[in-house]
Amino acid sequence: MGNFCYFPQTEDDIRVMLERIGLSSLDDLYSDVPADFVFKDDYDLPSAMSEQQVRDWFEGLSARNAKLKVLVGQGAYDHYIPSVIPYITSRSEFLTAYTPYQCEISQGTLRYIFEWQSMICSLTGLDVSNASMYDGPTAAAEAMRMCLACTRKRNTVVASALLLPNVLDTLRTYAKYSGIGLVISRDVFSAIKDNADSIAGVIVPSINRYGVIESPDGLADAVHSAGGILVQYCDPSALSVIRTPAEWGADVAVGDGQSLGIPLCYGGPYVGFMACRQELMRKLPGRIVGQTVDASLRRSFVLTLQAREQHIRREKATSNICSNQSLMALWCTVYLSIMGPQGMRRLNDLCYERSHHLYNALLATGLFEKTQYDGEFLKEFCLKPLCDVPTLQQKLLDAGWFAALQTEEGYVTFCVTEKHSKKELDEVVDIIRNL
Amino acid sequence: MSKIVDGLLYSESHEWVRIDGNIAIIGVSDFAQAEMGDITYVDMPSEGDELTKGEDFGALESVKASSELYAPVSGKVVACNKQVEDSPELINEDPYGSWIIKVEMSDSSELDSLLDSVSYEKIAA
Amino acid sequence: MKYYDRLIFELSKKGRTAFSLPECEDGGIPSDAPFMRADAPELPEVSEPDVVRHYTNLSQMNFGVDTGFYPLGSCTMKYNPKIDEEIVSAFNGIHPLQPAATVQGVAEVYSTMDRALAAVTGMKHFTFLPCAGAHGELTGLMLMREYHFSRGDMARTKVIVPDSAHGTNPASASVCGLEIIQVKSNADGLVDVEDLKPLLGPDIAGIMMTNPNTLGLFEKDIKEIASLVHGCGGLLYYDGANMNPLLGIVRPGDMGFDIMHLNLHKTFATPHGGGGPGSGPVGVAERIVPFLDLPRVSGFHGNFGVILKACAYILSLGKENVKMAGKLAALGANYIKESLKDCYKLPIASVCKHEFVFDGLIRDNGVTTLDVAKRLLDYGFHAPTIYFPLLFHQAIMIEPTETESLETLDAFIEVMRKIAQEAETDPELVRSAPHNTPIGRPDETAAARQPVLRYIH
Repeated sequence: MGNFCYFPQTEDDIRVMLERIGLSSLDDLYSDVPADFVFKDDYDLPSAMSEQQVRDWFEGLSARNAKLKVLVGQGAYDHYIPSVIPYITSRSEFLTAYTPYQCEISQGTLRYIFEWQSMICSLTGLDVSNASMYDGPTAAAEAMRMCLACTRKRNTVVASALLLPNVLDTLRTYAKYSGIGLVISRDVFSAIKDNADSIAGVIVPSINRYGVIESPDGLADAVHSAGGILVQYCDPSALSVIRTPAEWGADVAVGDGQSLGIPLCYGGPYVGFMACRQELMRKLPGRIVGQTVDASLRRSFVLTLQAREQHIRREKATSNICSNQSLMALWCTVYLSIMGPQGMRRLNDLCYERSHHLYNALLATGLFEKTQYDGEFLKEFCLKPLCDVPTLQQKLLDAGWFAALQTEEGYVTFCVTEKHSKKELDEVVDIIRNL
Repeated sequence: MSKIVDGLLYSESHEWVRIDGNIAIIGVSDFAQAEMGDITYVDMPSEGDELTKGEDFGALESVKASSELYAPVSGKVVACNKQVEDSPELINEDPYGSWIIKVEMSDSSELDSLLDSVSYEKIAA
Repeated sequence: MKYYDRLIFELSKKGRTAFSLPECEDGGIPSDAPFMRADAPELPEVSEPDVVRHYTNLSQMNFGVDTGFYPLGSCTMKYNPKIDEEIVSAFNGIHPLQPAATVQGVAEVYSTMDRALAAVTGMKHFTFLPCAGAHGELTGLMLMREYHFSRGDMARTKVIVPDSAHGTNPASASVCGLEIIQVKSNADGLVDVEDLKPLLGPDIAGIMMTNPNTLGLFEKDIKEIASLVHGCGGLLYYDGANMNPLLGIVRPGDMGFDIMHLNLHKTFATPHGGGGPGSGPVGVAERIVPFLDLPRVSGFHGNFGVILKACAYILSLGKENVKMAGKLAALGANYIKESLKDCYKLPIASVCKHEFVFDGLIRDNGVTTLDVAKRLLDYGFHAPTIYFPLLFHQAIMIEPTETESLETLDAFIEVMRKIAQEAETDPELVRSAPHNTPIGRPDETAAARQPVLRYIH
């Protein structure tokens, strides 16, 4: 055989090992496989590449992606990523570890997950957080399932039509196969009234898909008196300044941690978060880390409350999830440690003033007007274009900006983070003015 | 050898039943608690819940296991043992002294299908 | 590893900062804004050196593939190539909703992976939305249901799962709204075909199989099983968690499977990240392709960063080396099995594939599988998977992977033999292990009875 850098066996090694096993060839290891199943042709794969060839191949591909400055959000936000984060997360002890089943040699992972859980509780105001989920939309789907688990014999979940489109798509998918009656409505209060007998829960955005900060006055009371659970879908970065799910009376908070220092990376890996009130702790899906002591009373951390999980409960588990997005939770945990309460405030202040600067400047061009959904916003906003949208988008792309994403109603959204200065934003306005 | 108390009725899923008039007092047997190991949590029904014989009404959890509790009789839950909910280890310490729920039976003839201590001993040996 | 007992919150000092952001110019959020939370969140106030030292110290209480050998059954803990992180960084700035014309390089990655995975599995096409193996199972079952729906065959609401299956199989089926029917294993540890036959009928959506199964045994009756299940109108789902030993040898599509997932973090060597992110693409046979895009199981395009790394691995493997991957994995597993079967109970003695299961020590002397696992940590090895599969009470499930050298396997074998000896001569030493780790065995009962799940100031 040829040399492949990741396979350490020499011809001699293979002979020694086969001898111990009592076989004469590697093919004998497969003597129980029916011969017609063994694939004898060449695999339709490229020829093996050296490391340099692999690098060149990806560099070639990377050159075929446009390098754009991003003024779009819709669930993926272009925040600045401090250098400390990739430095820490690429440490092999974090990167190449398995799930922390063997807690005695996984205290590093377990401790940062405990810190993540604590920070998520702090951002949401809720009592208990899990160790993370795949992404925000799947966390919302898990929350939808949790609504049913918390309310006996009820199976309707109302979701606000103002949730992000990809959250609604994921909810629809999960509901379709599991017999959940998902009602998507622009008027959540009426939907609650119409389904009062069967309602298990309600899912609403904390900031809606037009970027507007919702103020769901009276919603928690309406949901609770109908016997359901209130779930809020949140941007955790924004939660450091806006009213929390706990303050709104929500029982569960979910969302995507991407806005806490995770690169856009074409949509993943990101990380979902999920937190709930104490009373619902046993119904929370996913991994959970808890604090305890060892025999010498040293503070120790373990995966706990595992009786909820698939490897014990199998089909009766709270979810089929058997992992989290641990490393991405570490990205967020390091990010929040770097930012601290003052940094998160500054960040949101910058997003606020810069996005409002662009919003006002765009309205001043006369090429946009406010939509019926206009309201308070932090970084993302939506306008009604009075110009040709494809032309607008193309001109911006030509100048290196990904902006003015069109909504299903034909509006355009912009999202401004701390990464782009007012001067750069003025350039964008100039491009648009000269359409 | 697990302890079995005379005068109680047992289900094949290891719940015990003590009869008090029309009320069935329900717990789990010594065999069940020993199989579970240290019990960490009792998932209780709510008072007022209607139970159907044979269906699960709650669960016991330990660190590495979970076991459903099955209703030995049908009826309405009239009491849940708050002490056991707060200190699940009581079930390990005294399984027959630590009742879990009390049920107002809707059909006392269902008791006929439960086991007496002699028959239960054969399956909980 | 040394014990380090701090949480980031305990390093906090009011007024200390680590962030680096420009000053506000227009005063930021107005002080009378109606949407503000009452108090700032309780986040740590620390310096950048504090952060770096803290997390470096935490990392030093962790074991990874770069630290040592992980004989972890069903987890396929391969070496993770180091070029990966560099490659991903070139794609980090791409927004998931960018127009197609601006992401041609990304599209090429997906199409290269689709072709490559189809080539090694015999499936037609893949969806890359699932973020993990269990997520792939769920997606695959949704596709199974879509196929039946499309034929107006609405009564297929049950799925057959062997008793040796990974716990995620029944859990995924349940999340997908399917009823689970268990099929037994026979004395050889394989699906009992006679037990399967009476379960088949017009209500069966399909069967979920792991082949080789969780005992590391090739389900050699798969041809008959496929024909029986297809004969009743059901589909075959392949749990790709155990694909590694078949990589380069057998393609699930050729065995009659209709839908499968792959764990890119297992078979294609992407790092596990302490429990994620993974990637669980789902491949389907031609007749299921029309439904492939229907389940929108995650937010954007799946875990693209992980897919990139798997792509890099496949390119370096190439058609030449792929044929050795599975064989070398199976070679290592059988070598360990044969070298230890005089000390550890081997319930099923036939040639295994990538993994196999012992049922505890032969002369246990009161030493359990858990004790053996914990003692291994003292000797610098990760523990095997234990107490799974559920078929054996003292299960020790060992999977070495093809990236471990003979010397590493020999060192592991020597330690396993030594532990067997210690069990006889000094059982207490093993029962109270580990002794050389940052913490000893924690009180898990206390953790579950009185849960402390976040830091309280």
